[in-house]
Amino acid sequence: MSGSIQDTFFEECEELLEAMDEGLTAVEGGDHDPEIVNAVFRAVHSIKGGAGAFGLDELVGFAHKFETVFDEVRSNKVQLDTKLIQLLLRCSDHLADLVAVARDGGSTDEEHHDTLIAGLEEYLDEEEEELTFEPMGLGGPAAPPPLAIESEKNYTIRFQPLKEMFGTGNEPFFLFQALSELGDLKVVLDESELPGFDSMDMAESYLAWDLELTSSEPQSRVEAVFEFVEGLCELSIASDKDDEEEAAALEALNAAFGADAGPLGSGLPEVTPPAAAPAEAPETDTSGPFEAPAPAEEVKVAEAEPVEQAEAASPEAAKKEQRGPKPTLRVELERVDRLINAVGELIINHSMLAQQIANLNAGDMRDVETELEGFKNLARDIQEGVMAIRAQPVKPLFQRMARIVREASSATEKQAKLINEGENTEVDKTVIERLSDPLTHILRNAVDHGLEKPEDREAAGKSRVGEIRLSASHRSGSVCIEIKDDGAGINRPKVKQIAIEKGLIPENAELTDSEIDNLLFLPGFSTAKEVSNLSGRGVGMDVVKNAVTGLGGRISITSTPGKGSTFTIILPLTLAVMDGMVVSVGGQTMVVPITSIVETMRGSDDMINSLGADGTLLSIRGNFVPICDVAGALGLMKPDDQPPGVYLLVETETGQRSALAVDDIHDQRQVVIKSLDGVCGNIPGVAAATILGDGKIAMILDPESIISAGGTAGFDTERRMSNAIAS
Amino acid sequence: MQSQAEVNMPDQEVKHALQSEFVSFTVAGQAFCLKITQIREIRRWSPVTILPHAPADVLGVMNLRGAVIPIYDLSARFGLQQTEASERNVVIVVAVHGKPVGLLAESVSEIISINPEEIQETPQVDSRSTMEYIQGIISHDDTMVRIINLDAVISAPEQVI
Repeated sequence: MSGSIQDTFFEECEELLEAMDEGLTAVEGGDHDPEIVNAVFRAVHSIKGGAGAFGLDELVGFAHKFETVFDEVRSNKVQLDTKLIQLLLRCSDHLADLVAVARDGGSTDEEHHDTLIAGLEEYLDEEEEELTFEPMGLGGPAAPPPLAIESEKNYTIRFQPLKEMFGTGNEPFFLFQALSELGDLKVVLDESELPGFDSMDMAESYLAWDLELTSSEPQSRVEAVFEFVEGLCELSIASDKDDEEEAAALEALNAAFGADAGPLGSGLPEVTPPAAAPAEAPETDTSGPFEAPAPAEEVKVAEAEPVEQAEAASPEAAKKEQRGPKPTLRVELERVDRLINAVGELIINHSMLAQQIANLNAGDMRDVETELEGFKNLARDIQEGVMAIRAQPVKPLFQRMARIVREASSATEKQAKLINEGENTEVDKTVIERLSDPLTHILRNAVDHGLEKPEDREAAGKSRVGEIRLSASHRSGSVCIEIKDDGAGINRPKVKQIAIEKGLIPENAELTDSEIDNLLFLPGFSTAKEVSNLSGRGVGMDVVKNAVTGLGGRISITSTPGKGSTFTIILPLTLAVMDGMVVSVGGQTMVVPITSIVETMRGSDDMINSLGADGTLLSIRGNFVPICDVAGALGLMKPDDQPPGVYLLVETETGQRSALAVDDIHDQRQVVIKSLDGVCGNIPGVAAATILGDGKIAMILDPESIISAGGTAGFDTERRMSNAIAS
Repeated sequence: MQSQAEVNMPDQEVKHALQSEFVSFTVAGQAFCLKITQIREIRRWSPVTILPHAPADVLGVMNLRGAVIPIYDLSARFGLQQTEASERNVVIVVAVHGKPVGLLAESVSEIISINPEEIQETPQVDSRSTMEYIQGIISHDDTMVRIINLDAVISAPEQVI
C-alpha cells in the first residue's frame, strides 16, 4: 500500500516537475507574471510536502530552500534577474535529480548540492532573520492578546477535503495546527458522509470538519492557511464579526428605542411576522443617524469579499484548465497495450478472413466483400483511436532537453539557448521514451562539437549565444524532428581525415559532402580530441542511428560550413501498424513499407544497363538508377537465375534513388508490426516482422539499409558465399 | 495399521517430490531430454519464415498464436548435421528467460521420471560445445539420455547472431 502511495507521489512529482520547468522556462523567456511564479512555488511546495510525508529529508531540505527563495520572489523582495533565473533553473534540475534519487536510489553530486544551496542562501541572507522571525510573531503569545481584545472575531469554517488533496500530500492536521496558531480553535469532525465499511472506497474522502476559530487575525490570514489546498477542498469561511457588530449596533439601537429591545436583542425566531417586519424596518432606516452605518458598511465589504474571491477562484480554475491539459484519465499503459495488441490481432484476423473467403470460390460474394470492407474500415478506425491514446505531445521531452543544453553549455563554457518548436506534435509514447537518449546525445554533440566558443562566434560575426532549434512536425504520415544549430558546421576535411586514420574508409576514397557527413554515423567514429565529460564517452553517433532505426525511423545530417548543421530524424507515427507492399523475394513473402516507395514498375530487359562487372542500372524515363537485388542483399537464393521482374523505386532520406529488384508484387495492405527484438539480433535489411493473412510470418524490409548494405557489387560474392555454405 | 500408514506416507511423498519428470526426444539419432516444466508445448513442424543472414542453426521464425518466435535446429546447434525438417519432426516450444523459443527435434519419445541421484555428471569429452550444452546424463532403459542445459543452448549463440 505504502508502495503504491509512494508511486503516486513520484507520479505527481513528475507532473509537478514538469509544471515547474514549464513555469521557469516561461520566466526565463521574460514572462514574470506573478501567476506563473506562484505556480512554480506551488509545485515546489507540493513536492516538499509529499517528500516530507515519506521522510525524504534531503529533498525536503533542498525544496524548502528553493521554495523560500521563490517566496521572496513572489513577495517581490528579490528581483528576478538573469543570474537568479539561471540559478533557479539549475536548482530545478537538481530537484528533479533529487526526486529521481529518492525514487531509484543512488546519490547526487554533493558538491553540486552544496553549491546550489549556497547560491540560494545568498538570496536569503538578509531575509533569513525576518523569515525565522515571522512564525515566531505569529505564534508568540505576547502579541495577539491586546489585539484580541480590540476585535476578536469568530470564524466559522467548513472544510471538506477532496480526495485529490490527500494525493498531494496535504494533511488536514497541519492545516488545523496552523489555524490554531492564529487563535482559539475548536474542531468538530463531521463524519456523516462516512459510508459503511463494505462500500468504502479507500481513495475517497468522506470526512469534513466544522471549525470554529476565535482569532484577531483578518480573514485573509485565515484564508492564507488554506492557500495550498485551494481547489483541493470545499471550503467556506464565514466570520461572525459582522453579526456581532451588527448585534452590538442593534443593541445600541434597541437601547435607544427601549421598547423593542427584548425581542430584537435575543433575535428570537418565535417572533411573529408582523412584529419582525417593523423591527427590521427601523433597523435599516434608523441606522443612518447612529454609529451603525460604519459597521454595516463593513458587513457589506466583508460579505462581498468571499463572494469576490469565490468568483475569482472559479475563473482562475477555468484558466488553469485552459492552461493545463483537458480532463484526462490516467490509465495503466499495460491496458492500452493490451488493447493495441488485440486490435493488431483483429487486423490480422480480418486479412485471414478475407483470404479464406477469397479461397472459397463460392459464386457471388459481393455482399460479403462489402461487409468485409466495412469490417476493415471499422478495424482501422479502432486502430487509429487506440493509437491516438498512446500519442503524446513531445513537449515534456523537449522540456527535458532544455536542461541537457543548459548542462552541456555550462560544462563546455559555451553559451547556448534552445528554441523549441512544434512542442504539441503528438508522437507515440514509446517513440518519445526511446527518443530521449538519441536526442540527448545529439544535443550534447551540438553544444560540444557544433557550437563555437563565444569569442570565436563573435569573431565570426555571430551572436555570442549559440542557438539550437529543436523542432517537431508531422510530415506525410511520419514525424519529423529537426535539431538545427548555428555553429561552425561539420569540418569535412577533418572528418575525412579521422575516418581514414581509423581505417573506416580507404585513404584514396573520394566522397561526396553528404557521404562525409554521414561518416559520423559509422561505429567507432568520434572527433573529440580528448574524451570530454560530455560527449565522446566511447558512445558515438552510431548509437544514435541505431536507436532511431530501431524505432523504424531514419536520421540524416546536412551541414553548411560556418552556418551550422541540421540533424533530421524521420519517425513513423505509430509503431504498431503500417501500410506495406507485399512482395515476394527469393521465394519468400516480404513487406516493403509503402512510405519509402516512390513508384513501382515492371522491368524489361532493355531497361537494364550494365555498369562495370556487376553493377546494373535501370533506366527510367531517361534517368539511370542503380538496381539493388533484394534477394542478394538478404543472402537468399533465387529460385532460378531469371532476372527479377518488378522494381520498386525507393528514395532514401538523402534523396538518393534506388530500384529494389523483387520477384513479384502481390498486394498493398495494412500490416501489424511485430518486433524482432528479443527474437533475434539486428538483421541488416530487416526492420521487423509481420503476420500475414495465412498465418505466416513475413519480414518487413528496411529499404535504406538494404541499399546501404551495398546495392550492387558486394552482393554477388555474398550470395555465392551463402550458396556455397548452403550446398 | 494406522500408525504404519502415517509413517509410510511421508516417505512416499518425499520420494515423489524429489522425482522429476523429463521429456525425452531424439535429435540426429541421439536421445536428449528436457525437464517437463521447461516445456510449454510440442507442435508438429510446419515451414518457417527464413531469417536473412541467420546462422545455420537458426531455422527462422514461426507464428505462435500471434507471437513471433525463433526456431532453432538443435542438431545444428550441437554441431551435428542439419536436420532436414519434415512433417514428421516436432518443434518443442520452451520458455527461456520468459520468452518462447522453438527447438526442432526429430521426434519426441516419452516422459521419464527419475530421481536426482540418478543423474550423472557429463564425462569429460573433447567436444567443448557439447560439454556446454549438456547438463548431465541419465541411463534409461539401457540408453544414454542427455539432459540439455537450456540456458546455454539459447543464450550463448544468440550473441553471435
